[in-house]
Amino acid sequence: MDLRFRDVEPSAEERAAVDALLGPPATGWEGGARTEAELRYAARSETARDLLLPALHAVNDRVGWISEGALDYICRRLTVPPAEAYGVASFYSLLSLKPRPARVLHVCTDLACQARGAEDVRKRVEERLGPAGSSWQASPCLGLCERAPAALTIEAGLPPATQVYGPFQGDEVTAPVSTNGSGPTGWEPPAEAAVPQAGQDGLVLLKRIGVVDPASLDGYRAAGGYAALRRAFQLGPAGVIREVLESGLVGRGGAAFPTGRKWDATARQPDHPHYLVCNADESEPGTFKDRVIMEGDPYALIEAMTIAAYATGCAKGYLYIRGEYPRAIRRLEHAMATARARGLLGADILGQGFSFDIELRRGAGAYICGEETAIFNSIEGFRGEPRSKPPFPVEKGLFGKPTVVNNVETLVNVLPILEHGAPAYASIGTEGSTGTKLFCVSGSVDRPGIYELPFGATLRELLDLAGPAGTLKAVLLGGAAGAFVTDLDVPLTFEGTRAAGATLGSGVVLVLDDTVDLKHILLRIAEFFRDESCGQCAPCRVGTVRQEEALHRLSERVDESDLLLLREVGRTMRDASICGLGQTAWNAVESAIDRLGVYK
Amino acid sequence: MIPLQPPRRLVDVQIDGETVRVPEGSTILDACHAAGKDVPTLCYGDTLTPKNACRVCVVEVEGSRTLAPACSRKVEAGMNVGTDTERARHSRKVVLELLGSSVDLSTTPEAAGWIEEYGAEPGRFGDDAATVEQPAKVDNDLYVRDYSKCIMCYKCVDACGDQWQNSFAIAVAGRGFDSHISTEFDAPLTDSACVYCGNCVEVCPTGALSFKSEFDMRAAGTWDESQQTRTTTICSYCGVGCNLTLHVQDNKIVKVTSPHDNPVTKGNLCVKGRFGYGYV
Amino acid sequence: MSYDRLTRPLVREDGVLREATWEEALTRAAEGFRRNVDKHGPDSFAMLSCARSTNEMNYVGQKFTRVVIGTNNVDSCNRTCHAPSVAGLSAVFGSGGGTSSYQEVEDTDVIVMWGSAARNAHPIFFQHVLKGIHNGARMFAVDPRRTGTAQWADLWLGLNVGTDIPLAHAIAREIIHAGLHNQEFIERATTGFEEFRECVEPWTLSAAEQVTGVPAHAIRELAHAYARADRAQMCWTLGITEHHNATDNVRALINLSLLTGHVGRYGSGLSPLRGQNNVQGGGDMGAIPNRLPGFQDILDPSIRQKFETAWGVGIQPRYGHNLTEMLEAMAEGEVTTCYLIGENPVQSEADSLACIKRLSMLDHLVVQDIFLTKTAQMADVVLPASAAWCEADGTFTNSERRVQRVRKALDPPGEARDDIWIMCELARRLGHDWHYDGAEEVWNELRALSPDHTGMTYRRLEDLHGIQWPCPSEDSVEPPYLHGRLWESDPVRRGTPAPFAVLRHSPPVDLLDEEYPLRLTTGRRLDSYNTGVQSSGFASPLRRGETIELSPEDAERLGLVAGEEVRISSRRGSVVAPVFIDPGLRPGLVFMTFHFPDEVDTNALTIEATCPIAGTAEFKAAAVRVEKLVKAG
Repeated sequence: MDLRFRDVEPSAEERAAVDALLGPPATGWEGGARTEAELRYAARSETARDLLLPALHAVNDRVGWISEGALDYICRRLTVPPAEAYGVASFYSLLSLKPRPARVLHVCTDLACQARGAEDVRKRVEERLGPAGSSWQASPCLGLCERAPAALTIEAGLPPATQVYGPFQGDEVTAPVSTNGSGPTGWEPPAEAAVPQAGQDGLVLLKRIGVVDPASLDGYRAAGGYAALRRAFQLGPAGVIREVLESGLVGRGGAAFPTGRKWDATARQPDHPHYLVCNADESEPGTFKDRVIMEGDPYALIEAMTIAAYATGCAKGYLYIRGEYPRAIRRLEHAMATARARGLLGADILGQGFSFDIELRRGAGAYICGEETAIFNSIEGFRGEPRSKPPFPVEKGLFGKPTVVNNVETLVNVLPILEHGAPAYASIGTEGSTGTKLFCVSGSVDRPGIYELPFGATLRELLDLAGPAGTLKAVLLGGAAGAFVTDLDVPLTFEGTRAAGATLGSGVVLVLDDTVDLKHILLRIAEFFRDESCGQCAPCRVGTVRQEEALHRLSERVDESDLLLLREVGRTMRDASICGLGQTAWNAVESAIDRLGVYK
Repeated sequence: MIPLQPPRRLVDVQIDGETVRVPEGSTILDACHAAGKDVPTLCYGDTLTPKNACRVCVVEVEGSRTLAPACSRKVEAGMNVGTDTERARHSRKVVLELLGSSVDLSTTPEAAGWIEEYGAEPGRFGDDAATVEQPAKVDNDLYVRDYSKCIMCYKCVDACGDQWQNSFAIAVAGRGFDSHISTEFDAPLTDSACVYCGNCVEVCPTGALSFKSEFDMRAAGTWDESQQTRTTTICSYCGVGCNLTLHVQDNKIVKVTSPHDNPVTKGNLCVKGRFGYGYV
Repeated sequence: MSYDRLTRPLVREDGVLREATWEEALTRAAEGFRRNVDKHGPDSFAMLSCARSTNEMNYVGQKFTRVVIGTNNVDSCNRTCHAPSVAGLSAVFGSGGGTSSYQEVEDTDVIVMWGSAARNAHPIFFQHVLKGIHNGARMFAVDPRRTGTAQWADLWLGLNVGTDIPLAHAIAREIIHAGLHNQEFIERATTGFEEFRECVEPWTLSAAEQVTGVPAHAIRELAHAYARADRAQMCWTLGITEHHNATDNVRALINLSLLTGHVGRYGSGLSPLRGQNNVQGGGDMGAIPNRLPGFQDILDPSIRQKFETAWGVGIQPRYGHNLTEMLEAMAEGEVTTCYLIGENPVQSEADSLACIKRLSMLDHLVVQDIFLTKTAQMADVVLPASAAWCEADGTFTNSERRVQRVRKALDPPGEARDDIWIMCELARRLGHDWHYDGAEEVWNELRALSPDHTGMTYRRLEDLHGIQWPCPSEDSVEPPYLHGRLWESDPVRRGTPAPFAVLRHSPPVDLLDEEYPLRLTTGRRLDSYNTGVQSSGFASPLRRGETIELSPEDAERLGLVAGEEVRISSRRGSVVAPVFIDPGLRPGLVFMTFHFPDEVDTNALTIEATCPIAGTAEFKAAAVRVEKLVKAG
């Protein structure tokens, strides 16, 4: 490609950061020294676009931001047009294209934290550190809801350092100092601190959390790990798919699509290679179950991905994890390395002739990348914009090839299915919703955290475990894309919530008491969708703005024409948006108006 | 001796209750055209892969949870499509309101007519409604980028990118309502990979991209399409034989387009063909 | 600088051009022609017809030369670019056009871009190449520079300037030794294979590496890819034709297509890319010294008779002078009057000083143009013409032989007139009462005489977005590629077989030595065009004036920085230009354009070594040195 570069030089540090990822440039045409031979013949520089996001991360991690020189060098190395790379870099909120301090504080202002006083924290930070934008920024949900209100610092350097805070008071972090890389990663409570049921009998998905050392492969195996993979090899790919089909397992990411059907459809595709993508971009406000699994039981996810890949004929899997989960990333990287060393990843796993490996990809701050096709674009190095469906991922997914995408919770359900068999699994829960479900309980409760219950328990039963505090006003089920409910007897199943005009979504159960200003919560929901809309389609790009504007007006003064406007815009977003983000951006607001009478 | 394409299977679909038979792989929009139905489109381009970003062309497909973009959804046998149902009209109306309230559609052909046809009221969001209003970018003598008229249809990016020009001078940057068309670090075009082929201007549906000559004449109030002739001829530069359509007002060329159905150019030109007419 | 359009006829009086009426100018022009023809015979007249004007104008122009004057001395500027392509292709296939169509480039498997910077010089053709690449075709670029085109190539081969024949021969030898030549096609449709095999035998990969500078493995890769492809396109431009042995270069590439059978099939063929909008058409219309309209050979008596009957005059049974020979004949005093239509040889010819000298020896020079070019400034009579592509009706023929309609969109400025009207007025003053009622009437006359164009009515040209020749019938369209006959099993239908050419390597005439150690090659930029007369009329943000482009290594060695003015000298002249550093160049190779002759006359440096067959000059290889300017004081 005859790309044009603007010949802005990178700093030595930026160059080193990129070279550390990619190795030194192979030819003079890519920014290395010119040799006589390559002035006589040269192959086309092929684009390595899928390394764009890792390369942007490399510079952002080392320097804290991406300069023109750094972007130019990345583009030269990867044969990516600079304008396109700029478009990608400017898509993600964790990347900066402007100079900023090495250490940046991310203060969560999202729903669960709002319900726990995030507004006051934000004001305190603003008083201490000045206006947001440089040394600190407001953040969408950090997935630390059991410790709300929460915050995270990320400090660029070699290596970069991170620190989570929760509950965050707003004054733990002193004025940013640019020590550049010296800060160690600080202490954090163990993963099981987010699991009030930890160690109890009867847990299926959470049984190892707090019981087995998450760093120990031997510990994992001693606790029954890798029995499921051995069983999978006995069954063969078709046998695994049959078990999963018969188990009744459906996706836990929100759409509730039968997992076995997805696997079967992928396995049957004649086009090759097939890819597996584990969606660990858990970003729905109020959701933190996948983080707890990845931090507390990382080998379970590795094993489950290996089984999924075996069943669907994938040699390569991508684990796409949100960038705000530093500890989960470290635990998974460690787990992958030890699994590889023990022959449980890589070539000829367990001597069965099956080869599979996982590449961990880090998100960079974009809720939309959890959408099942946006995640492909993000991995491929494009802007994380959803694709039109059809074609569906099972036919044309990652790199245009058949791809199975599952989220973390869905995948780890495969382990008990294979360990105990489909009938045993299907006997748990209800007819329409088999197995157990993880719920992310946050807000006004005494014991926030992840709870595992068989499908069919009611909301009241769940809340009894968590201990509601104060006078309950409403529960937001399913997160920002979910709906408010007040009926505590709604059964927590797919069919039960659907009948109640709600959704389980990602398992968010945000409890709001009467001290919480619902209008504030709705404004935050609207702000979230406006911030996180990718901007691709007109209904969502403009509709989320108009929704937020109308809610601002309604907070001041109730006006019927604004309510009508909200309904019309909401209906259009639901009907005409490309993806689930726009289609659900009005759900919670609608339910608050209709069921809670917020603007009466 | 010329290898023929194997014949395409035909499928029957219902468009507003009327059966039409179209080749497999056709879009709903193709089928609508075959049935003589007019569906409004903005981001659809006959020389580009549909991006279906504007959602003006949405139609109701029986059994589908959401509306479908006619420009890109492929027909399936037995599909039952409603182009003018209450649901489809409602979305079209609101999409026109959303676009009309945030973007200057004054030079978008047909926009005013559709706004009237669908009863859209772009003013209903109030005077404080956010817009993309901004000064036009005039950084070269050939064409102007007035992004206050940009509906983010992606066509200029696709024409500049791998669908035609392969220069990749511009891309979509930013996110959400802040997303915009940009060079790297918003550098002026003269410091970008732009080669001034103007193929972006050719596909722009709203007039956000326009010839400097048109931009200046509009500013001076002398632009008058009713006084213009359009004549298709052949470029006078190299021997490739590109077709040009000369737009002439007062015996002066005021802009140059290229016929999209010509086998040589397919709507594309280079800087000489599109802008190199000054010498006559 | 930019030029103003000519709006009034001009005549020379007391050595100065002054404005005149049409009547006066036409009379003066006609009288001058008559005077010279009466005195020295018809062959003292020469016409340079306009490769940028319509087919109809070129038809009338050559008819003017042959009927009104009675000579075959008519040529056009395709001498400076693609006459070797026409000569080479017609010697092998009997027809001078490219054999393929653009669409085939999108549908092929291997594309070889040899000496062609199409990304910049033919941008819209290159879009078809890019479609091909995106569709999975492998592309190879052969060019001394790593151009934009070469950067898109799967493999770029950076040969030494003027070593195309050794490279082609080595490719041929490798194909033969690997057993990848198409024996069926060679036996059926070609002649001279054994002699060809012998002539390429010395060109082993390592011998070629020595001469061309391209590593053996890269040559081998191209050879195997081209030979093994199911379909392959060979495309070339001026890198092949602007050499002293240009026709041989063309034949060397054609040899490769014959060896592999990559001609005469859909997706396989030979595509010379023409540099001017109607170079192809100008030749097709007979505005060349050896062919009558429809590319019909003057030496064929039955053909001559057809035209003599139609035109009512005798046609000389011999070839006229080509451009190079015309210039030589001017120096010899044999050609004494010249009618130049839309050509600017003073600035487009290699060795421009010699050209000025020769034109100044003419008794009577008439220039018909839209600008007062450097050449027009030398004329006795200047006739202001309309710009063909937008101020006239007619047709152009493009590089894929597609005849397309040109339509009048503007009225010409001032008193400028249509070319055909002007020539008819001159003809009338010379005793031929010509009148054409519009271009279509000219076209229909041509259609009656040229079988290749017979089926192309204006109506059909409009309906079918142009038609590629040959088109003998109004009822059908021929395949988009030529020479399918070579694949016929019936020897009668197969026709004349295609001959291989036995060729010898002949290095560039202008040798490098210690005094002139750098190889200067020339070419085009994206936003500019030829001598810049047309392209200077718009404000291209890309334009940066003439520069001498150097490799980073040479710049460093000579202590030069970008933007610094330096002196560039050849054995013929010297110019001053600023430095531009291009990493696409290797040490020893420098590059200039010829777009800005008023500022930097690059052709003062180039050599007038010409191809003996086609008459084109070796623009692509001069020996120069680059020196730092010594600062005064």
